[in-house]
Amino acid sequence: MTYRMTFRGAAVPAEPGQSVGAALVAAGILDWRTTRGSGRPRGLFCGIGVCFDCLISVDGVPGQRACLVPAGDGMHLGDDARHETVGHGEDGGHAGDAGGPR
Amino acid sequence: MPYTHDVAVVGAGPAGLAAAVESAEAGLAVVLVDAAGQPGGQYWRHYDESHARPGDHRGHHGWSAFTRLRDRLDVLTADGRIHYLPGHQVWLITRDDPGVFTLRVTRSFGGSAGRVGAGVSGGTETGPSRAVAARALILCPGGYDRQLPVPGWDLPGVMAAGGAQALLKGHRTLAGRRAVVAGTGPFLLPVATGLARAGASLAAVVEANGTLGWLRDPVGAMSVPGKGVEALQYAVLMARHRIPYRRRTVIREILGEDRVEAVRMARVDREGRLTGPDREVAADLVALGWGFTPSLELPLMLGVDTRKDVDGSLVVVVDDLQRSSVDGVYVAGEATGVGGAALAVAEGRLSALALSASLRRPATAAVVRRLQRAIRRGRKFAAAMHRAYPVPGAWTEWLAEPTLVCRCEEVSYGDLLRACHDLGAEDARTLKMLARPGMGWCQGRMCGFATAEIASCLSGRETTAEDLRSLSTRSLAFPVTLGELAALTDDTASDGTASEATTERG
Repeated sequence: MTYRMTFRGAAVPAEPGQSVGAALVAAGILDWRTTRGSGRPRGLFCGIGVCFDCLISVDGVPGQRACLVPAGDGMHLGDDARHETVGHGEDGGHAGDAGGPR
Repeated sequence: MPYTHDVAVVGAGPAGLAAAVESAEAGLAVVLVDAAGQPGGQYWRHYDESHARPGDHRGHHGWSAFTRLRDRLDVLTADGRIHYLPGHQVWLITRDDPGVFTLRVTRSFGGSAGRVGAGVSGGTETGPSRAVAARALILCPGGYDRQLPVPGWDLPGVMAAGGAQALLKGHRTLAGRRAVVAGTGPFLLPVATGLARAGASLAAVVEANGTLGWLRDPVGAMSVPGKGVEALQYAVLMARHRIPYRRRTVIREILGEDRVEAVRMARVDREGRLTGPDREVAADLVALGWGFTPSLELPLMLGVDTRKDVDGSLVVVVDDLQRSSVDGVYVAGEATGVGGAALAVAEGRLSALALSASLRRPATAAVVRRLQRAIRRGRKFAAAMHRAYPVPGAWTEWLAEPTLVCRCEEVSYGDLLRACHDLGAEDARTLKMLARPGMGWCQGRMCGFATAEIASCLSGRETTAEDLRSLSTRSLAFPVTLGELAALTDDTASDGTASEATTERG
């Protein structure tokens, strides 16, 4: 069977076992968020969970790595009511290396 | 407190798989934590096995070596001798109690995928965080593609070479129709031929170095026999798919409005100085790789000694039994020096045997010596490859002021120049504090090497291990939610399961 997901209201098919990011790329969708600073489009880059370029909201949960999240039937991807674009003011809460070098 | 294992193995790629099964078969209680849903790491990445198809392993090297390790893992996991945690990443390791390491782990992606939790796809909850305890560590964190910034490398359609390959091997997805694979090193060849086999047209493989570079160290290049055959196989595939191979050439700029449309490339000399006129080719996929960067956040977190390797990467110093400078911490695979899967397996096995011998369990001395010999040969070969495919010394001359260096914080080369010239930043650490490269989501994984090189170049000196360390040290190995952090204070009870608030951000 083929899963059906939606991205900004449009249908995106996915093969079971594919990642959300792979399914989007296979559907010709190469970017799904914009950068905080200059609003540039971003999608997959490292493809293996390291670069965090491919952040997307999945079923309303923002900040998911599209390259890692397995596709699921009926998933809602991308914008939702609360989160215009992941990374747009939403990523202030991560506790990465905000403290700078030790 | 959680149950204390004899050893925690982090990573289930070639090194970690070998280390885990060898440790468990020697009688140790093992916990194996891996970020991916199924074992294999980047090298043996493959499609979700619960939805496997016959063609999924085409082009995989050493696949039978993987399936043998995986079969042993399955048996040992079923017997309860390996506690296998796929789909989990370690974000913090501490040594509170003398002799016991505590690893904080959280789900690396939503739901459960792959072999454990078979067939259950979907779901997005991260966390809850949990704690795992062990008396020793074998860290096998692997690595990822090393990147050099180039104008346009943030355009959609530009990917890491390993990322384009991962989409193919792991997701049966071709990332573009007309591809350029660029950077340096032998890894560009399997990426290009893999894309071609999957139906992409290859506009060019753009290799910054000359292909006969290995002649500079023929003894090293010959030290691992099977490698020559592998190279020949790629040469045949390159010819069969009529893939243009452009030596001593680099991409000057990636062109496009909101996605890749073309690349401009130019010839360079041995040091990487531009010599030829630009030439443009159309492409909708650009795959970039300049060798690999080992993942060092966990070893660095524990305070192990590191050094700069032949390829310019920061790596962990280990002795001839894979022991780091920190008692009880063994390191194997790319983190000790980029060297490929066969070497990683040998190092993983050796670390397990050395650990079990230290716990007075029998280890065959002959096997240890054989592994040590294989590792020495593998290192010699890796060093020869690193010398043949260096990052060109003059690469910073390709940069223009608007070139984006840090993708996350959108820091340009011009920003770095100003931090250096106007504010007096002379080393990578100061540059990072003043201009913020490496301070975003990826924590400097993408731009760390480049920023360290830029810092040293602007100060007119060689990049040091200290430059690299200041961009590789992370207080947490991965960004986690504030809820997970907060839960650290109150999760010491029971088995360390954290409280509810883990999916909240901010």
